[in-house]
Amino acid sequence: MTPPLLQPPGYLPVPDGTHPPLNSPGYKSTGIRAPSQQPVVLPHRLTEVTGPLLTGPVNPGDDDLTIGEHGEAAGQRIVVFGRVLDSDGRPVPDTLVEVWQANAAGRYAHRWDNWPAPLDPNFTGGGRALTDSLGNYSFTTIKPGAYPWGNHHNAWRPAHIHFSLFGRAFTQRLVTQMYFPDDPLFAQDPIFNSVPEESRHRMVSTFDLAATRPEWALAFRFDIVLRGREQTHFEEPHA
Amino acid sequence: MSETSLGLTPSQTVGPYLSLGLPWPDGPDVVPAGTPGAITISGTVTDGTGAATADAMIETWQADPAGRFDHPDDPRGAVSPAESGHPEFRAFGRTPTDDDGNWSIRTLLPGALPGQAPHIDVSVFARGLLDRVVTRIYFPEFADANATDPLLAVVPRDRRHTLIAVPDGEGRYRFDVRLRGDDETVFLQL
Repeated sequence: MTPPLLQPPGYLPVPDGTHPPLNSPGYKSTGIRAPSQQPVVLPHRLTEVTGPLLTGPVNPGDDDLTIGEHGEAAGQRIVVFGRVLDSDGRPVPDTLVEVWQANAAGRYAHRWDNWPAPLDPNFTGGGRALTDSLGNYSFTTIKPGAYPWGNHHNAWRPAHIHFSLFGRAFTQRLVTQMYFPDDPLFAQDPIFNSVPEESRHRMVSTFDLAATRPEWALAFRFDIVLRGREQTHFEEPHA
Repeated sequence: MSETSLGLTPSQTVGPYLSLGLPWPDGPDVVPAGTPGAITISGTVTDGTGAATADAMIETWQADPAGRFDHPDDPRGAVSPAESGHPEFRAFGRTPTDDDGNWSIRTLLPGALPGQAPHIDVSVFARGLLDRVVTRIYFPEFADANATDPLLAVVPRDRRHTLIAVPDGEGRYRFDVRLRGDDETVFLQL
């Protein structure tokens, strides 16, 4: 019997220019929260190439954020959909996608959000879905509003939806934000602009007329790409 | 290959309101209350000013007590919780910090992996972190295994203790996360 391969193939490195630097001075709170020391490289071993394959916490209706306790949420109804792929173009099936967002007025249903925009009693702003066997996911929600925050003079966050993905391995875990096309607030937002310029467009959804639901909802496509696998190597690892 | 590969989606911060979308009621329960052999790992997340971080989230991922994973990419084969004798073990834990920056999970001690000391992989998310930061929890009672662990071996000696949980009573450990500054936790690049 072949001895077990104890060093499985890992995941491809993240190319430079993909993620924002943890210390991004334009976004003030990075200054007290970003680690000051260089990270120690952790080669991918068993714990890193595995990860939670969770399908349990999704209930029927969790992918529709517009149905409130007392009626429909206010605002413009939208469908947000897309595929979760790895960088080799392979779909990531059966993976949990979690979203959270502000309401149509740009306010979060959170005890710490106290800027004076209306709360919507029918909008909690959280949703969950699983990708199908081809990596497709879809949410029905309300287009979130922009909102001010205290980072700098006249700071406004562009409209965005927070996304969380597990992929198939600890190495693929990703939290990101989806933005809307042609937002006039991009230029002054240090969180959006923390990402190197050549990669920012990957956080911006595209309007998709073909996917709109007639007489019902606009549609925005947001494909998400997670790290791909290194090539499987078949030779025995050296001791 | 690289010219045909798709560009990765960039990371962004979870922001201050992650509790609207991420926590689950049983997230901190890698095993349910009353599970024989359960341990509790608790700690505080603090920032570079020493202040508690009330809007962070900790996620954990680990092997079962035999050092196995319920995952098809483990070359030794997947071992389900039922097969492992720990039917309610989820291997994954998730908890937001509370208003005082504290977090806690209930789990089982991970088993050793081939060539590695028992450990738990940890992700930390928070407002002000544009990407998660990753660390590992090791355990003080496995001193011999820790002494030969390949990751601990490359961590500077004077910082190694930040990766080792501190005993805190019967079945209890502390693991504090210091994001920045004095006694900063060792973070890992995947």
